[in-house]
Amino acid sequence: MHQEYTIIEGDFVNAGKASSSVKKTLKQLNVDPTVVKRVVVALYEAEVNAIAHAYGGKVLVDIDEDKINMVVADKGPGIPDIAMAMQEGYSTARPEVRDMGFGAGMGLPNMQKNVDKLNVTSEVGVGTTVEMEVNFN
Amino acid sequence: MFYHALEINEPKCIGCARCMKICPTEAIRIRNGKAYIQEHRCIDCGKCHESCPVDAIFIKQDDFKSIHDYPHSVALLPAVFLSQFPSDMRVSRIYAALKDLGFRHVFEVESSAAIYAEAKNRYAMAHTDQKPHISSFCPAIVRLIQIKYPSLVDNIMPIKAPIDLSAMYALKALGERGIPREEIGIFYVTPCAAKIAAVKSPVDEKRSIIDGVINMDSLYNRVFKKIKEQGKDYVFQPSRSPNLSADAILSTLTNGERRICMAKRSYAIDGIQNVIDFLDKLENDEVESVEFLELRACDQSCAGALLSCDNRFLIGERMYNRARKAAERERNGEMPRDKEMDSSREYLLEHSLVDAVKPRSMMTLDKDRKVAFQKMEKINRLKDFLPQVDCGLCGAPSCDAFATDVVVNRIGLSRCIFYQRHLEHKNEITRQECLAAMNSVWGTDRMGDPQK
Repeated sequence: MHQEYTIIEGDFVNAGKASSSVKKTLKQLNVDPTVVKRVVVALYEAEVNAIAHAYGGKVLVDIDEDKINMVVADKGPGIPDIAMAMQEGYSTARPEVRDMGFGAGMGLPNMQKNVDKLNVTSEVGVGTTVEMEVNFN
Repeated sequence: MFYHALEINEPKCIGCARCMKICPTEAIRIRNGKAYIQEHRCIDCGKCHESCPVDAIFIKQDDFKSIHDYPHSVALLPAVFLSQFPSDMRVSRIYAALKDLGFRHVFEVESSAAIYAEAKNRYAMAHTDQKPHISSFCPAIVRLIQIKYPSLVDNIMPIKAPIDLSAMYALKALGERGIPREEIGIFYVTPCAAKIAAVKSPVDEKRSIIDGVINMDSLYNRVFKKIKEQGKDYVFQPSRSPNLSADAILSTLTNGERRICMAKRSYAIDGIQNVIDFLDKLENDEVESVEFLELRACDQSCAGALLSCDNRFLIGERMYNRARKAAERERNGEMPRDKEMDSSREYLLEHSLVDAVKPRSMMTLDKDRKVAFQKMEKINRLKDFLPQVDCGLCGAPSCDAFATDVVVNRIGLSRCIFYQRHLEHKNEITRQECLAAMNSVWGTDRMGDPQK
């Protein structure tokens, strides 16, 4: 099952659209609530990241009976040092983003914590792709 | 199956679908020209009752006469009851009328508000890992969380509501006076459908100690009638006036629990749609460091309860006024009557816990994920196909709900008026069949005979 959502730069108002819709789907599939929660938290973080840092992007979600695969692909500045970005508290968020309560440097670490597989690829000046997978069982 | 207090009076129902459109859990469908409640989705919030133009949705209650079955009948009044009456009506007069109607004892439910608050505070301190704590006060909210937010059920504080605490107190107090249990009949005067449902099938699925439920509006009528019959010059024995504390009176209004809870960050939210919007955010972890939530299904909380007999704001004002007077008395050193319960405080606190609330999700398409997955794929294909105008002509509240009905309940797709046109165009359906599909939803006598 495939779902797609568009991410618009700076549109914090609509952060969480994709994760809310995914949540509804997983509930209907009788996925364990704690697993649903992990998926939703990770996807929400990824959505916010793309909204805050990139110039727009897409969320691609694929659900099958046993797992969910989520790809958040953005066009943006990219991450020069992914290892650094994976550290808790490290943030390059702009001050105005931080003023909105985002940009605490917990995004990628939080995704890591909640998913079974995380793969971040990035090219500076082109964009970043975050791929996450969570098993239902 | 869970008990539901809301029922449709079929002969009265005109199948106008207002209730179907307004139901926050999409629990209502139209079949054969009548509204029909899907029980597993209903949370007894009463939105449908409010929206019905012909009063076809009624709230089941026990026979009033059954209060005479017990030598010691007890009326458990919600604090909002007294505020239903005009402010010039003396409280002692209302009490006298209740006694004349056959109640031997009258307790106000919120007498236990302070103990309820303490039970919640104790629980909150002992369970700091399970924040936010959600109040168990409003039974419609508890049911909403059970069916729609299964991941949040563990956040509901498993604590008896003030009704149960007060019923326990009444039983204990009368028992101490040597009255045997079988002679005591506890009757709860309910301001809403959800509380009846909660009494008839408590959250932890044990039997309630409340023997009967009487609807607040019907008791209001009886009391008013009695007072009118007795006339201005009626001489009555004034009973002790029910001095609830200001905190207790306010506890049923919005912010009533929040203002006396110990949480650093808390929210008080009233109105079922507001609660749903908030819980959606909460479930996504978008609300940070909140410790306590007071959630109420009715706009203006219990002042706006379904069985209120007057405008919610007028009732709310009368309650504030009563609380103001109570606060003044407290400042003057007068002891509110709810202090009476202090002697039973530890006993009630000890017995204040219920078993953990369990989810009973309406969301799941099938227990078997494989089957659920197949159903969902079908539903998604249908959703893409349906017009998404949510016209309701198929008898379901939205195109999405209809898609689910088609797959899960095997409802005929030709009930969709858009799809019908499509089939007609391809000559795949006869006019007869179109009419039959329409009639299966809206009934056969919806329109007059066009030949006339």
